[in-house]
Amino acid sequence: MSFVSLMSQLGEGFIATLQVFFLTLLGALPLGLVVAFLRMNHLGFHIGKRKIRPISLITQFYISVMRGTPLMLQLLVVYFAPYYVFGMQLSDTSRFTAVIIAFILNYAAYYAEIYRSGIQGVPKGQYEAAEVLGYTRSQTFFRIIFPQMVKRILPPMTNEIVTLIKDTSLAFAVGFVEMFTVARSISNSQRSLMAFFAAAIIYYVANLLIAWIMGRFEKKLSYYHD
Amino acid sequence: MSIVSLEHIHKSYGDNPVLRDISISVDKGEVVGIIGPSGGGKSTLLRCATLLEHFDSGSLTYDDIVVAKNDAQGKAEYAGKDAIKRAKSKFGLVFQNFNLFSHYTVMRNITEPPQVVQGRSKDEVYAQAKKLISQMGLEGKEDMVPCDLSGGQQQRVAIARALCMNPEILYFDEPTSALDPELTQEVLRVIRGLADQHMTMVIVTHEMNFARDVADRVVFMDGGVIVEEGPAKQVIEHPQKKRTQDFLRTYEG
Ligand SMILES: Nc1ncnc2c1ncn2[C@@H]1O[C@H](COP(=O)(O)OP(=O)(O)OP(=O)(O)O)[C@@H](O)[C@H]1O
Ligand SMILES: [Mg+2]
Repeated sequence: MSFVSLMSQLGEGFIATLQVFFLTLLGALPLGLVVAFLRMNHLGFHIGKRKIRPISLITQFYISVMRGTPLMLQLLVVYFAPYYVFGMQLSDTSRFTAVIIAFILNYAAYYAEIYRSGIQGVPKGQYEAAEVLGYTRSQTFFRIIFPQMVKRILPPMTNEIVTLIKDTSLAFAVGFVEMFTVARSISNSQRSLMAFFAAAIIYYVANLLIAWIMGRFEKKLSYYHD
Repeated sequence: MSIVSLEHIHKSYGDNPVLRDISISVDKGEVVGIIGPSGGGKSTLLRCATLLEHFDSGSLTYDDIVVAKNDAQGKAEYAGKDAIKRAKSKFGLVFQNFNLFSHYTVMRNITEPPQVVQGRSKDEVYAQAKKLISQMGLEGKEDMVPCDLSGGQQQRVAIARALCMNPEILYFDEPTSALDPELTQEVLRVIRGLADQHMTMVIVTHEMNFARDVADRVVFMDGGVIVEEGPAKQVIEHPQKKRTQDFLRTYEG
């Protein structure tokens, strides 16, 4: 197999990889913020001196399950649930849908914890200053807290995004064809490691690019610190 | 008529009573100094007056706006959103730790709140901010961020930020306690300037000379009660109560 045809086959797989990557980000970045808010929610009731916060507790449980069980297992559960639970027929689109749903649910849990530590890192005095000045809660969040949170979460976010690119390879577990799956089948039929090396280079370059872009953002926000 | 009036304020944290039947009111143009030992409830009183904390019982009024008053059971009942919003426009608060918005420049710290909260025009707010910046001696610092300023400069920005909202009364909670002695003086000078312009102020401070010279009235708080109050000179130079005398003795050379 020529180098050109190897790269064009891997390239097609990489497009599928990028689809999973971007759709996961598109879903998990905002969902993670919602999850972080639910997690920090104070709504609850008292039993004696203890305050029980049901929404926060349920969210904490969700986060710990997502982080405490393998993504591959979650992927299989999401993929097979419609068949075993509802008796629905599985198709190619259901593979893709399952991958996206599982990835979004899993990554939202990780992002939520990153958001939470970013939000809680903003000095409490700034909330109070905004409150006394008369900012509403949403004004305080979007103008004062959110921009400072973004600066704080960039380094851990970079890690998670790099991990996400690599994790897309787990989609092979439900038979979704992305770059890793392509590389494996080429390698099997060619009886050579060439395809794996080529795929590794593509993953690696993609991650260098991500790290570079995130570094630019960090630099842009380095004009202040607390 | 008083700008703010707090009556029979009680406030506990859990089982710990922090304010025990505090009543205080401040007239227009008056400067009130609050002094007292650590843990006496000074900050809590300011936080109740600025609505950062709710008290358990008592009443709070700004001009003609009743912010909170006792219900039939004798528990404080707070007014609705609208009244709270109007009351908030009456006061400003300067914190011990400045609490400037770290990601904003000096100019934006001062000019954003009036535009966002009061809906005022950018041109008008900027014109006022420029005057305040020169009044605070901060010319040339407009485009700097708080982390590049000294503590004294940050505190002066915080004062300008509060003043740009045109409050009727300004509260200070130990505005110089986080500052080195040299920087303390520049902030005290600014506050003194405001007193000369008859700005209504309530200042919690450990600077006894400053309180004596700048305040019209001094209130000594200890253990959640007002132990003694009166004209500044009289309370600081000739305190009547033993607790006040003991406290002030710790400040003498
Ligand atoms: N959020 C809180 N939760 C529980 N207790 C609190 C809280 N804030 C203050 N207290 C307690 O209330 C009491 C009064 O505190 P406060 O901060 O009002 O005193 P202060 O007079 O301002 O003292 P300082 O001169 O040290 O600033 C203290 O015993 C303090 O421990
Ligand atoms: Mg205090």
